[in-house]
Amino acid sequence: MNMLWNLALKELRDGLRNRWIAAAIIVLGTLAVALSLLGSAPTGAVQASTLDISVISLASLSVYLIPLIALMLSFDALVGEFERGTMMLLLTYPVTRWQVIIGKFLGHVLILSIAILAGYGGAIIIMTLLTGGSFDGWQAYVSMMVSSLLLGAVFIALGYLVSVLVKERATAAGTAIGLWLVFVVLYDLVLFGVLLLDESQIISQQLFSTLMLISPTDTYRILNLSLFDGVSQAAGIAGVASGSGLSGMLLISVMLLWVAVPLATTLLVFQRREL
Amino acid sequence: MNTVNEQVISLQAVNKCYASETVVRDVNFNVNSGECVVLVGHNGAGKTTLMKLMLGLTRPTSGTVEVLGGNPAFNAAAAQHKTLGYLPESVAFYEAMTGLEVLQFYARLKGVSNLDCENLLELVDLADASRRRVGTYSKGMRQRLGLAQAMLGDPQLLFLDEPTTGLDPLLRHHFYELIDGLHKQGATSIISSHALNEVEARADRFIIMKAGVIVANGTLDELYQQVALPIQIRIAVASGEASKIAERLGSEVNVVHVNEQSVCLICSSDEKMSLIRRLTDLGDAVQDLQITPPRLDEVYSYFMSGGQS
Repeated sequence: MNMLWNLALKELRDGLRNRWIAAAIIVLGTLAVALSLLGSAPTGAVQASTLDISVISLASLSVYLIPLIALMLSFDALVGEFERGTMMLLLTYPVTRWQVIIGKFLGHVLILSIAILAGYGGAIIIMTLLTGGSFDGWQAYVSMMVSSLLLGAVFIALGYLVSVLVKERATAAGTAIGLWLVFVVLYDLVLFGVLLLDESQIISQQLFSTLMLISPTDTYRILNLSLFDGVSQAAGIAGVASGSGLSGMLLISVMLLWVAVPLATTLLVFQRREL
Repeated sequence: MNTVNEQVISLQAVNKCYASETVVRDVNFNVNSGECVVLVGHNGAGKTTLMKLMLGLTRPTSGTVEVLGGNPAFNAAAAQHKTLGYLPESVAFYEAMTGLEVLQFYARLKGVSNLDCENLLELVDLADASRRRVGTYSKGMRQRLGLAQAMLGDPQLLFLDEPTTGLDPLLRHHFYELIDGLHKQGATSIISSHALNEVEARADRFIIMKAGVIVANGTLDELYQQVALPIQIRIAVASGEASKIAERLGSEVNVVHVNEQSVCLICSSDEKMSLIRRLTDLGDAVQDLQITPPRLDEVYSYFMSGGQS
């Protein structure tokens, strides 16, 4: 445990040192402030709280931003150390290979949690206090932050998998961008394109739900838009979400699986890797 | 501490192939506790690969590697790494950290206190630069930081890959003093080196590698015996006496060079003592005597050229 903490702490310090954490806080914070300003306008008709509106708009943007931040943190984590030669030296110390991976993972998740907590959390507290709004519906907002972290963890794990499989840093960067495009943009595009073309309704509600579950980003979206009544009503997908039959537990399990499988695969590959 | 002759490293019939290339071929050797073994060989002879095999960074294609009583390639071996120090060839560090931070990071992994880090930095003459980012360090400073991390926690087993590259002569000397210090505490070390004249006096044993194969393994004396390179004896004589003395020595003595005041002779190591007796028999005619044994680089080039001197 102590060993994991040592390794995690090093990543955290790197994050502070190279202004990574600061940059992420600024990006996420600015986003949260801007969206809560925009979001306070159209609350009248459905009587939704400002926080609920913020959850909807932030969740929609986090889907793009959080995976990007997570991949940028992680794509270099292993291949960078292989290439520079620091991994070789590290492994001659009394650390096991799984400790190296898990320690790094903890460190990167810690960096992301600080960024999300300070960026999203800090911004919304400041805005609500400044505008004199209420904190009603804070549970949905907190849940949005936690699930954002979970989404980030998924892409950190995916980034490691890329990082352990490729030979060069440049390839890792390219592959990470490709991964982002596929999961964040292309998958949804194709899925909805097929739905539009599917006039005879071959794709049942059941199949559609399963297809959504395959993508961690869609899982994140459904989780945030359907978990809390206020949010789902404001988002106008109350019917869709309950009809999909996807419980919060299932959604969270799917995302946890998206963390565990890439991470375990990374470990397996790393164990066999010769330096 | 370790008893003498306890085996700390044992390699048996080790082969290592990458893709189609065999980099280490049928390597067998043992290293005893407290020994200082030097690996010599040209670039690509397989020295670094051997070190990586012993460190568990790579696994042999066939054969067995045993270090400190266990297989270094298994995770269980991580615990043994507490007593192990490694200085890789062209060592790399986390550039954004300061020298002290780097050392403290490694120290925590080994369970060594922060105070020891400061002392070690002092020892390798990096105390002044300890709070500067490693990215700003020169090659020599990195090498010294590398040495400091290898010495963390008084290791029992040291692997040093080309340790003195990038160090100036003064630091080289200082470096070997540090290694000698560890040896006095009973440490075993494996050093790979190009600088033959530096290691000549310090190593207990030499392993000469050529294209992945061990071509020689023994103490300096054993290697001299094997190669039977001639020993040079130079005698100083009174002015003008040189050619007269050369004649008196007779035809069975190999005289290579004669000038006004000295005679240069060559003999094998077997003949050495009898020749010296004959020289002393000459009495006052021989004023001085200088014996030059073959140097390690001659032994080395003998093995490299495939057994021709």
